[in-house]
Amino acid sequence: MSSVATIRPPLPAPFAARFGASPAQIVALAAIAVFLLAFLIVPLLRVIVVAFTGPEGGFSLVHFGDFLATALLREAFWNSIYVAAMTVVLASLIAVPLATILARFRFRGAALIHTLGVVPLVMPPFVGAVAMQLIYGRNGAVNLLLLDCCGFRIPFMEGLNGVIFVEALHYFPFILLNLSASLANIDSAMEESAQNLGAHGFTLFSRIVFPLALPGYVAGAALVFVKVFDDLATPLLLNVTNMLAPQAYLKITTVGIADPMGYVISVIMIACSLGAMALSALALRGRDFATLQRGGGGLARRSLGRAGNAVAAAFVVLVLALVLSPHLGIFLLSIATVWSYAVLPDGFTLAHYATVFREAGPLISNTILYCGLAGLIDVILGATLAYLVLRTRLPGRRLIEQIAMSAVAVPGLVLGIGLLRTYYDVKLPFGGESLATFWVMLVIAYAVRRLPYALVSAKAALQQLHVSLEEAAENLGAGKFTTLSRIVVPLMTGGLLAGFVTSFATAAVELSATLLLVARSSDAPIAYGIYVYMQSAAGRGPGAALGVIAVVVVSIATYLAYRFAERERGMKSRELI
Amino acid sequence: MARGVTIERVSFGYGATPMLDDISLEVARGEFFAFLGPSGSGKTTLLRLIAGFGAPPTGRILIGERDVTRLPPWSRNVGMVFQSYALWPHMTVARNVAFGLERRRLPRAEIDRKVAEALALVGLTAFAERRPAQLSGGQQQRVALARTLVIEPEVLLLDEPLSNLDAKLRVEMRSELKGLQRKLGITAIYVTHDQEEANAIADRMAVLDGGRIQQIGAPADLYDHPANRFVATFLGTANLIEGRIEKGRFIADHFILAGVDGPDGPACISIRPQDVTLGPGTGGIAAKVTEHEFLGGVVRYRLQVGGKLLVVEVPHRRDGETFAAGDSVRLIVDPRQVVVLR
Repeated sequence: MSSVATIRPPLPAPFAARFGASPAQIVALAAIAVFLLAFLIVPLLRVIVVAFTGPEGGFSLVHFGDFLATALLREAFWNSIYVAAMTVVLASLIAVPLATILARFRFRGAALIHTLGVVPLVMPPFVGAVAMQLIYGRNGAVNLLLLDCCGFRIPFMEGLNGVIFVEALHYFPFILLNLSASLANIDSAMEESAQNLGAHGFTLFSRIVFPLALPGYVAGAALVFVKVFDDLATPLLLNVTNMLAPQAYLKITTVGIADPMGYVISVIMIACSLGAMALSALALRGRDFATLQRGGGGLARRSLGRAGNAVAAAFVVLVLALVLSPHLGIFLLSIATVWSYAVLPDGFTLAHYATVFREAGPLISNTILYCGLAGLIDVILGATLAYLVLRTRLPGRRLIEQIAMSAVAVPGLVLGIGLLRTYYDVKLPFGGESLATFWVMLVIAYAVRRLPYALVSAKAALQQLHVSLEEAAENLGAGKFTTLSRIVVPLMTGGLLAGFVTSFATAAVELSATLLLVARSSDAPIAYGIYVYMQSAAGRGPGAALGVIAVVVVSIATYLAYRFAERERGMKSRELI
Repeated sequence: MARGVTIERVSFGYGATPMLDDISLEVARGEFFAFLGPSGSGKTTLLRLIAGFGAPPTGRILIGERDVTRLPPWSRNVGMVFQSYALWPHMTVARNVAFGLERRRLPRAEIDRKVAEALALVGLTAFAERRPAQLSGGQQQRVALARTLVIEPEVLLLDEPLSNLDAKLRVEMRSELKGLQRKLGITAIYVTHDQEEANAIADRMAVLDGGRIQQIGAPADLYDHPANRFVATFLGTANLIEGRIEKGRFIADHFILAGVDGPDGPACISIRPQDVTLGPGTGGIAAKVTEHEFLGGVVRYRLQVGGKLLVVEVPHRRDGETFAAGDSVRLIVDPRQVVVLR
């Protein structure tokens, strides 16, 4: 008894029992709810309301009628569907063989395939788009060589082809990573017991391996479809405007924020995103087998044989060449004097970097400021929400979590339009500037868009933390706050840092919301700068140099995130729980 | 008898399913008490309520004379050793052990002294600056114990603390725990599903099933005088036979047993496998051997008596008489060893 220096007054038990949480936790949840309401729900509702409001007010489908009556928009819709679907097909053609080689065979280049899974992700597709024109375009390096030796061209980059090609090379890792994870989770005993019961060859594949791996593939494919369908920046940079996202952007920026068609397109884009996700969820219902399997460890690996090895190596090298071409292209472009109608640039120079360092200082400092703040907001909100969801029984916590996660399905373009419309008429107290065009709105847009990543990362970190670690602290006399600060936060550091860096890196190359919310070039971040430079032939060099800088920053950040997550996993796995 | 822990009419549950149903028991100060039961019996839930993890909507929990029912875990001064040990991986052994003392705002010098004492108590002085991950399972267990004991808790709660150790270490740690508890004179409550462990370590124990206390008492008492069918079968093996008692005789379908005390009427008796002798010839109850297993010290038979299978264990002697499947035997039951269950 005497050793208890401070006996705190008893908890008001009825309160905690009724709400399953302390007042501070309730306030925290309410604050997150308000943030999401103000910057996600209300802007989205605003977009939907405008789309369904007739010229004289009141509910109306007249704008949707206009949409259907406009040939250009109908074409844009089908083009968007076509591009997204074909990207899934092309990405699958790249990713499925790679995943199969990794999971099924002993292949010496396995590390190379793992690298292939990351390299594309460090460069957003729009950055490499212009460089891809120079390599694969009608008068690009590859076609010039082809024309020289074989007398024909391949229209890699003609119109929609270009978007499909660039997007597939960027997004195939989503399928590769998800499918690989699924395959690696298959307990080899699953396969062995089927073999033991007499299954082999195609039966084994179609009855056991394929069904077990399908959830991963579908999840990856759905993600690719949605991402491509919503992407604004890549088509814009490739000068493809007959798709939905560019049409919405053009309506808002050229006709004005009062033009209803941008909102109608936004609603259609959200509906298609949700539809694709719902379809994939439907296809996967009751098929999440991961929890039923012990250990995993993947399928038994077979030898490829000499010929098999050669084919696999050739395929990996081909993919590597394709994957690296935007990186190589953007680098060449950034040091090229002139690069036009030629296999390689005419000459090399560092002048573009000099230009960038002279002119683009604010771009870089803005990026660091905005994305740093957005990452910070995300980590704080994500960690708090993860804690409330996993460690309290507060009513409504799951709903708030789902709302936060739903930001994944909201295209940046749509969120940008919604924020612009909602806060355009809200004037700041000083200077009378509109809140929508104040740079803080960019930070908020980034934070809302990246919150799901930070939340997932924080939840994973917290889930790995056995509750008894916290209970042991409370048992030894630590209150909730001490337990949080001494036990929970230190043990989550790796996950939180990973979440911060991921938010930072992905926000740094976000263009669609940026395009709508940047009011003046002095407020612009690096992604906007790249876009503007790339618009003119003379700006391509400096634009490419900026792109290289962005890629380097994102690469370093991705590497750091990976290291933080690994370090933490290492610490956890040494635990003997 | 000074009161250590008192539980008065505690019920608890999530939603509609009760996990604990009207639990009352008293643990004396300095006593080593065990909660024994199968998984899902509510034993860990009850232990966690004593530590303050969850508040029972009805009933009271007292530590000594102090009502702690509404106190948060951090104000109870009850030490708990977790099944997973719950050592914080980001702190050294010494930091882990010092944590509770720091919360109590003790001067640094005293904390250092007490930590050193606690680590010496569990024989881990040399490991103070290691991380938990660098220790073996048994050493982690000792750190968890030291971390709990160092705050001089009024009650020591142990949640299946030995379940993560291998069989040999488990037996060693068991007697070590018991010795430590005796030396410190601390009230201890030990949760386990292993009857041997409970029998070996506890002064008294409560057998739980389905969220209810089935019986409380010293291990041998419970074994010899089980209160009901669950306790009879959960502690060791028991042959339960339904029948009725008439004037000191137990009448079953196929045999009559004389010398069984109990009120007249329907009854169930329990016969332990070792309380039966087997022999050829006449007398006793007629039975047929259906199976025999040689287990070393004993031979276990399954015998058919009428429609009922009984398990019987006979000590094995070199050149002793053994029976094979199909043999007819006579079965002699010592009526003084028979327990009549309600």
